[in-house]
Amino acid sequence: MNVHEYQAKALLREFGVAVPEGALATTPAEAAQAARALGSDRVVVKAQIHAGGRGKGGGIKLAATPEEAEAVAAEILGMTLVTHQTGPEGKLVRKVYVEEASEIETELYLAMLLDRASEKFALIASTEGGMDIEVVAAETPEKILTELFDPNLGLRGYQVRRLGFGLGLDAAKVKKLEAFAMGLYRLFVEKDASLVEINPLVVTKSGDLFALDGKLNFDDNALYRQPEIAELRDPDEEDERERAAKEIDLAYVGLDGNIGCMVNGAGLAMATLDMIAVCGGSPANFLDAGGGADKEKVKEAFKLILRDEKVAAILVNIFGGIVRCDLIAEGVVAAADDLGISVPLVVRLQGTNAAEGRAILAKSGLDITSAETLEEAGERAVAAVTSGKGA
Amino acid sequence: MAILCDRNTKLLVQGMGRMGQFHAGLSAEYGTQVVAGAHPGRGGSEIGGVPIFDTVQAAVRATGANASVIFVPPAGAADAILEAAEAGIEVAVCITEGIPVLDMVRAKRALVGTGMRLVGPNCPGLVTPLQCRIGIMPAQITRPGPVGVISRSGTLTYEAVDQLSRLGIGQSTCVGIGGDPVIGTTFIDALELFEADPETQAVVMIGEIGGSAEEEAAEFVQSNMKKPVAAFIAGQNAPPGKRMGHAGAIISGGKGKASDKIAALEAAGVPVAPSPAAIGQTLADHVPGLSA
Repeated sequence: MNVHEYQAKALLREFGVAVPEGALATTPAEAAQAARALGSDRVVVKAQIHAGGRGKGGGIKLAATPEEAEAVAAEILGMTLVTHQTGPEGKLVRKVYVEEASEIETELYLAMLLDRASEKFALIASTEGGMDIEVVAAETPEKILTELFDPNLGLRGYQVRRLGFGLGLDAAKVKKLEAFAMGLYRLFVEKDASLVEINPLVVTKSGDLFALDGKLNFDDNALYRQPEIAELRDPDEEDERERAAKEIDLAYVGLDGNIGCMVNGAGLAMATLDMIAVCGGSPANFLDAGGGADKEKVKEAFKLILRDEKVAAILVNIFGGIVRCDLIAEGVVAAADDLGISVPLVVRLQGTNAAEGRAILAKSGLDITSAETLEEAGERAVAAVTSGKGA
Repeated sequence: MAILCDRNTKLLVQGMGRMGQFHAGLSAEYGTQVVAGAHPGRGGSEIGGVPIFDTVQAAVRATGANASVIFVPPAGAADAILEAAEAGIEVAVCITEGIPVLDMVRAKRALVGTGMRLVGPNCPGLVTPLQCRIGIMPAQITRPGPVGVISRSGTLTYEAVDQLSRLGIGQSTCVGIGGDPVIGTTFIDALELFEADPETQAVVMIGEIGGSAEEEAAEFVQSNMKKPVAAFIAGQNAPPGKRMGHAGAIISGGKGKASDKIAALEAAGVPVAPSPAAIGQTLADHVPGLSA
């Protein structure tokens, strides 16, 4: 789960990590008021969306006076901000964060996350603060320093010191970095974060460190024990269909194509997208109805798929293990009856009670194309879309 | 032979809730020795003919259970894994989906030196055809034979096993290693076991986007394996930054892409099925004479 910058900064502050003073605003007048309250010479007005690259897209602007902050906020609020992380459709800006402008001497990068390969946590730092870290990693990997630490022992002081001296900081600043990194570490473990990223971490002329930007992601699987984090969820930032899917315990990801997919199991669901592509088609979505898919789930899944207007055919691919194909077939028939599905439907049932399931589909009198193998399913779904277009 | 479980396995079920009971029953029907259940507060009772104990330690002492399957809900699952390790269980298979990463990464490191092998979590389990079923796989689609199957997925494993069985190619053991970012038994661990298993002649590995386990496995195959391996990678059409059902199936920071995994495997001499419908055939073409 992602949170906004202003929420991340509040959490960082709570864990003793220095951040600039700032306030949230949802109207230009509030932005002016916030700027006035900060009493700083200059303020920065920052669009609050769940994506990076906001500055380049025009979502971060300086203002010298509260009046200017108001004018700048009026420009940013309501704009559709397009960055390299939002996709071409961009994101609507509903909130801005008004922050005191900072005196910057150096910009560093600091992050904490799980290193899957070593199964340890990683503290990562770079002198190339303010840059896109993926670009730094690709072009100048030697400028990225990593310390792996044991999740049961935690981050050790010597590791931070090694990192700090590696960045070229003097002893006084290394000491400050140690306190800074330990704050991040406590936040990371106490709040079940999956990513803490400070980019840039600013070193001021007076030698202080603070987080000019902060990005926090949290482990969805741990939200049950982090109620205050779960409350930070902003539904406006989530894809509407993905959110609806989550509510009924289905995994859904919208895609660009026109073949709707309903599959049981994440691996098979991914493979079904691949199968469609191999057959020359393009999937409209990823949908994992879960290992325990039943009649009701099938119907809910159809509803979700049909909310996407691009969908010109639906492919149902079920490999029954514990799930019985005859029950799925009943669900498909019931859903097709209730929902009045008007697009071609291709159903592939395999595994437990597949023959019974196929018999139910055949007897239903519904216009359902049956398929036995994965390949047939892909071919027939693609053919259904192609013929539909030709007609 | 086979790996991880066979007809001598004595299985304990941790978490005898609805799902635990249901699958304990199916495993017993398949011929697995289901010797005990552990469920705090229900010790001394019997469920479906299986004696229940309050702790894993008591169950192991009374029944000699050497393997365990864990159906405990996410909040208590890491605890259940550690309890099994301390009680001397040799192989624990954790089916539970949704365990916090912090819990798993800590538990995994705590297992070092305990002698217990963990499979999963978030996995379908193990089947050694006609001998032993641990977990939730539909054992009826398997058939005994010379091919080891390793997969991060559940139903896609069934698809692959079904393709093999239809080609007349049987399996030594089918291992679902799980779709989480941190798992007990990795591709490399399972490959190593299959390489050492005299009954296994070839291996199919089914990977997916996210992480770098397939790349590491490719390196392992190239430098350590004599037995042939074929593969499939799911998620070639998955968009970056989106979690594809499994907690571990996500392309992040430009890493974990299917194309990188396929390239690494092919460079290591592992043919990768061009389509999910060709997993069985890719292995059959790579290793003639497997069907019986």
